[in-house]
Amino acid sequence: MRISTGTRISLRVIALGYLFVLLAVPIAVILWRTFSPGIGEFVASVSTPAAQSAINLSLLIVAIVVPLNVVFGVATALALVRGRFRGRGLLQAVVDLPFAVSPIVVGVALIMLWGAGGWFGGLDNAGFKVIFGLPGMVIATLFVTLPFVVREVEPVLHEIGQEQEQAASTLGANRWQTFWRITLPAIRWGLTYGIVLTVARALGEFGAVIMVSSGFPGVSQTLTLLVHSRYIDDHNTYGAYAAATLLMGIALVVLLLMTVLDRKRSDR
Amino acid sequence: MITVTDARKNYGSFAALDDVSLDIPSGSLTALLGPSGSGKSTLLRSIAGLEGLDSGTVTIEGRDVTNEPPQRRGIGFVFQHYAAFKHMTVRDNVAFGLTIRKRPKAETDKKVDELLEIVGLDGFRNRYPAQLSGGQRQRMALARALAVDPQVLLLDEPFGALDAKVRTDLRQWLRRLHDEVHVTTVLVTHDQEEALDVADRIAVLNKGRIEQVGDPVTLYERPANDFVMGFLGSVAHFGDQLVRPHDIVLERDRATALALDAKVAGSPGVVEAVVERVVPLGFEVRVDLRADSGARFAAQITRRDAADLQLREGETVHARAVGRSSVVEVDPALAI
Repeated sequence: MRISTGTRISLRVIALGYLFVLLAVPIAVILWRTFSPGIGEFVASVSTPAAQSAINLSLLIVAIVVPLNVVFGVATALALVRGRFRGRGLLQAVVDLPFAVSPIVVGVALIMLWGAGGWFGGLDNAGFKVIFGLPGMVIATLFVTLPFVVREVEPVLHEIGQEQEQAASTLGANRWQTFWRITLPAIRWGLTYGIVLTVARALGEFGAVIMVSSGFPGVSQTLTLLVHSRYIDDHNTYGAYAAATLLMGIALVVLLLMTVLDRKRSDR
Repeated sequence: MITVTDARKNYGSFAALDDVSLDIPSGSLTALLGPSGSGKSTLLRSIAGLEGLDSGTVTIEGRDVTNEPPQRRGIGFVFQHYAAFKHMTVRDNVAFGLTIRKRPKAETDKKVDELLEIVGLDGFRNRYPAQLSGGQRQRMALARALAVDPQVLLLDEPFGALDAKVRTDLRQWLRRLHDEVHVTTVLVTHDQEEALDVADRIAVLNKGRIEQVGDPVTLYERPANDFVMGFLGSVAHFGDQLVRPHDIVLERDRATALALDAKVAGSPGVVEAVVERVVPLGFEVRVDLRADSGARFAAQITRRDAADLQLREGETVHARAVGRSSVVEVDPALAI
């Protein structure tokens, strides 16, 4: 099919305009609002005790969630691709559940499960606070980020097949050696991308976390909760913009870091 | 010596191996030959331990390895699609088995250099598999398998993914390598020409069973049954028997044909046939024929004989079969 130059140009204008209005404009507005009063104002706003605590909490959650998701995500992907067991179809569907379920529903479900009077509420009564504590926020974040590593690693495992692993075993490698030397390097790119998505989502998660956090500034606020409370509760619009910019900045740094690290490793 | 005894392997209701027993002598180059689905690859993978048997045993050099994982069987395995470690250089690929065994670096480097020279990849040490051609990748895979000094070398359709020219070169090369290294080698192939070319022993498989085992000449000249005969070369249905097309002689004169045929003991007789087509195939000429009964068969004759006969389409000739050794009874189910 031939497309006339006029149509082609107008199609491009529409596509770019769409992206511009939906993605670029909001981000530009936030950046502009953040930095127009000067960089000093921004630094002051994101270094208050409440902001520092929020940064630490967000990063702590990421630091717990990512390793857990990597270990279980790779194991699940291996089971889905290589395993022949009953209930594989069910497992496939369950992995996608977090994509389908609204985060707020996850929050409610966690409260009903872990909160006082829930199935596992005994823990709460025994003094180990899950809901309105760090464990609750970690579990909520784990739930919403569960599919990323699995879904990024799975197609790569399919593509590489089993021959390289079998070749390694005929050359004397046991399962563990085969995994470290052959499987892991082969799925590296998928895993990296899965981790980037997990980090981004873990930093950005709001709905599930707000349900299970007590939300005290300086204690149990993540960065997203800080943005929310500054805007809604404190009417501190500038503070909200500054925190949002910081959130974007951290996500961007993680993305760049992962890309650079991986490039370095594959160059070696 | 590799000994497989009563090997059985089912995939659901399909029997990939149906009570297979086979002895592979030390130092031989044995081909497992058969059509796809005959169980030849399953047999090879069972020897390697990449496939578990439902029942039966595998011993390698007197050691029962039936329940051993591949890494403890002392084997080298080469895959059809190379199974190159894509993220490693040629050097690291070949060194893999030695690295796993924690051999000193100097020893490993020496061995790798030696092997790369044997397989003709000395200049490619630091390349990645993606920078090699198919034939080079397969030679790298062979060097990798040989690096650990395996007791047996197992090759699963090793030349199947290569183009025709490279395939012939590489199998000549494999034959020479085997003459030098003398490691017991088992090669799976569906190509009878390849089996006849490289192997000193051939086991023909069909439907999960071994039909016949022997050296190439025996199998070609004294096939145990129709399947082996048909699989190891082309055949013609001649009268009520199967013969090789090059064992059919054509005569103009019926009396001559009858007189000469009388000298061949147990011959299938003289068949009168009409020439349908004369196809020159280089140094041979294929003559497509139709017998009185309506059955079609082909004879392969030399260019000189064809020139003497001056055959034209539509003419009648008298065909007789020589070379009694390759004539076997036709299975009624296979006859046209």
